[in-house]
Amino acid sequence: MTEKLVIIGNGMAPGRMLEHLLEKAPGRYEVTIFNAEPRVNYDRIMLSPVLSGEKDYEEIIIHGDGWYIKHGITLYKGHRIVSIDRDQRTVTSDHGVTESYDRLVIATGSVPFILPVPGHDMRGVITYRDLDDVQAMLLAAQSREKAVVIGGGLLGLEAAAGLAGRGMDVTVLHVMPTLMDRQLDPAAGYLLQKELEGRGIKIICKANTKAIVGNGKVEGIELDDGRVIPATLVVMAVGIRPSVGLAKEAGLAVNRGIVVDNGMQTSDGRIWALGECAEVDGMVYGLVAPLYEMARVAASHLAGERSATFVHSDTPTKLKVTGIELFSLGDFADGDDREEIVLRDAAAGVYKRLVLKGNRIIGTVLYGETADGAWFNDLKKKETDISDMRQTLIFGQGYQGGAPLDPMAAVAALPDDAEICGCNGVCKGKIVSAIADKGLTSLDDVRAHTKASASCGSCTGLVEQLMTLTLGEGYSPAAVQPMCGCTDLGHDDVRRLIKAKGLKTIPAVMQELEWKTSCGCAKCRPALNYYLVCDFPDEYADDYQSRFINERVHANIQKDGTYSVVPRMWGGVTNSGELRAIADVVDKFEIPLVKVTGGQRIDLLGIEKEDLPAVWADLGKAGFISGQAYAKGLRTVKTCVGSDWCRFGTQDSTGLGIRIEKFMWGSWTPAKLKMAVSGCPRNCAEATCKDIGVICVDSGFEIHFAGAAGLDIKGTEVLGLVKTEDEALEHIVALTQMYREQARYLERIYKWAKRIGLEEIRRQIMEDVDKRKAYYDRFVFSQKFAQVDPWSERVSGKDKHEFRPMATVGYPEAAE
Amino acid sequence: MNWFAIGNIADIPLRGARCVKTPQGKIAVFRTAENEVFAIEDHCPHKGGPLSQGIVHAKAVTCPLHNWVISLETGKALGADEGAVKTIALRNDDGALFIALESLMMAAE
Repeated sequence: MTEKLVIIGNGMAPGRMLEHLLEKAPGRYEVTIFNAEPRVNYDRIMLSPVLSGEKDYEEIIIHGDGWYIKHGITLYKGHRIVSIDRDQRTVTSDHGVTESYDRLVIATGSVPFILPVPGHDMRGVITYRDLDDVQAMLLAAQSREKAVVIGGGLLGLEAAAGLAGRGMDVTVLHVMPTLMDRQLDPAAGYLLQKELEGRGIKIICKANTKAIVGNGKVEGIELDDGRVIPATLVVMAVGIRPSVGLAKEAGLAVNRGIVVDNGMQTSDGRIWALGECAEVDGMVYGLVAPLYEMARVAASHLAGERSATFVHSDTPTKLKVTGIELFSLGDFADGDDREEIVLRDAAAGVYKRLVLKGNRIIGTVLYGETADGAWFNDLKKKETDISDMRQTLIFGQGYQGGAPLDPMAAVAALPDDAEICGCNGVCKGKIVSAIADKGLTSLDDVRAHTKASASCGSCTGLVEQLMTLTLGEGYSPAAVQPMCGCTDLGHDDVRRLIKAKGLKTIPAVMQELEWKTSCGCAKCRPALNYYLVCDFPDEYADDYQSRFINERVHANIQKDGTYSVVPRMWGGVTNSGELRAIADVVDKFEIPLVKVTGGQRIDLLGIEKEDLPAVWADLGKAGFISGQAYAKGLRTVKTCVGSDWCRFGTQDSTGLGIRIEKFMWGSWTPAKLKMAVSGCPRNCAEATCKDIGVICVDSGFEIHFAGAAGLDIKGTEVLGLVKTEDEALEHIVALTQMYREQARYLERIYKWAKRIGLEEIRRQIMEDVDKRKAYYDRFVFSQKFAQVDPWSERVSGKDKHEFRPMATVGYPEAAE
Repeated sequence: MNWFAIGNIADIPLRGARCVKTPQGKIAVFRTAENEVFAIEDHCPHKGGPLSQGIVHAKAVTCPLHNWVISLETGKALGADEGAVKTIALRNDDGALFIALESLMMAAE
């Protein structure tokens, strides 16, 4: 006979409990859930990404409506339980629904703590707890006005970062001297504060809120030192309190939370409690890992397995703000019986601190670089004696036993019981065996079967490394992302197969690799065309119909259908003859706009397509060739005036820039390639934000790469220092060829470098002479076919049809 | 309706397009990989991009300005986008191509 199970609350803990219960004892209970929120079960941890716009609500749903139907569960949405009658064994909702139970689970969670200051009930004061709060914040953010977040803890900072990202002017008020004082020591708290301030968030620590001021609606906050901070939105994120009112009224034992034993049973043998509202051994919890542990224990008991017990464990904390790496675990207070090991790298913004007691790790704070968090967590959990590796412990696992290992080795070296996913308590062995036993090949599969990386997602990288480790070459994270809807293969697989099978035309690729469409689409065709041009420069006949219009007509299409034309100006150097020719062309063709570009050359905008060949003919007479300002290929090499003119110049940067440009023009690359050469570290040519850059110094040429100054802003990485111009050219060319051969179409060099690893690139280009030479030779070979000026080709009649209408019809004949 | 000769199918590259100027605006004439020919307004319903300059794939073209994909058969935007361009009647007599224009427009001037 089925028993009646009623659950009050539908958050993450009861959701997880039901999953376990349905697995352990399917059909044992008739389940009814009352959810005070008017919706299904969703991943509350991911509210911050929803606030910041990185995810949609739909993406964070754990159980959709279909799940409840499938399992025959009755879900009352928007029903708040107002009373429990333990004698009659019934619960009653605020909408008057009464339901009887055999077993009852209370999972009422917590309520945000509201500072009882004057004005706390005004319009514009909200908390950060559920989706409704997020929606209220998003609505307020549209005003782009001022917001104050009270509370510099985990939630408060995530709210602040989200609101700032949405364009609000945000101030965080924190009562303690440093941010996140419960998870971070003051040094890490300081680094975090600097990082957030760098993002435009104002932070006031030791701030005591005296009152919220306004006239029915928030206008500002008054601190007890008299300062008033204007705001139209106030978010209270000062902490949470277990929601225990209902249990208390029902006469259950209640302390800070609802008191339960280590089997999650309350003082009433028919009633269990779990989640943030429950108190075990005097502790209440707010992080998801212990709550999931409660869910597991409660499910076992409800399924009749009475032996399961809840055991306390420390949970690492992470902040979900994109770009901030932060890890905190255990106890890190100072003390007489404690020692600590600290590493600081101010320039890189890295801070690491290990707290030791009796040669064992009891606490860890990592900021800026958190890759070793899992390892430290493991050492702490196992209480490993670290005396033998004390000298190198702080550098992380890769540095134990001599030379640094590759990042994969660190994951490989982790023991099977090392925890990978903190939220769901999944260890390495479980993931590896699930991959092997169930034949899992995608990240989604692994998430579905093990839950690893399925909650906050911050261990996704580790899980992917485990997949690579287990599946070998068969798994690359990219394989998950197909090139486009025409194929299931990712870019890397396609590139590999093109070479392996010697596929030399687009139809051959589509045929052999089983394309799902007849002739591809606007995404895959340009990519395939590039891969073939790159791999078979001598044999492959460029497919112009697979090129984007700009590369087909060698000019840049503008919003009105006219084109712009940029002639090459080697290294940004020009002369009176060239300028006169440009001036004449502008007059002759009545070109509406002449503009100097960021790449040190001149853009002629607003040219009719039909005029292009004639414009090029005139420019060609003055010696100009196409600047390829439209190409996924070499664009410009920007230079400063260097040692010829500049009193600070150390080398002939202009000459080197021109030499590089003359050597490399015409080459196609996965995405546009912009370079610069600066004659001294003052860097007037801005070489340190380019795809490839050179900084001249007295001792030679420092080669930089992987910078960005577009959608992303990123300083370059140093490839290495070489002594002569010849060497500089060889290294740059080899690097470019490596990028040409390995990157995915439209992947800029900085993204490729991040994927491949800077060390690997340095090894191949700086250290492996044979490899470098081979790359160099392949580039030089390819240039034999690439260095043809597309403009002069078209002046001589190539692709004539492109620049003429097919016909002109419908006009009166007499007009002639 | 009047039929106007616009040239031969061989004047258009395979998986390519040409445009025809008319008093009613430009018309884009497409030739697919399968040698089918279609004519539509050369004016994307989104922001007016010249569709004749796009990449042609199957019986569709991707606009060069913002990647809307327009069906050559129906003139309608495919995928999530909504909008349509006018399709123009086209006759293919053994490679000789004709498009139909409304005579009304021609009488002008």
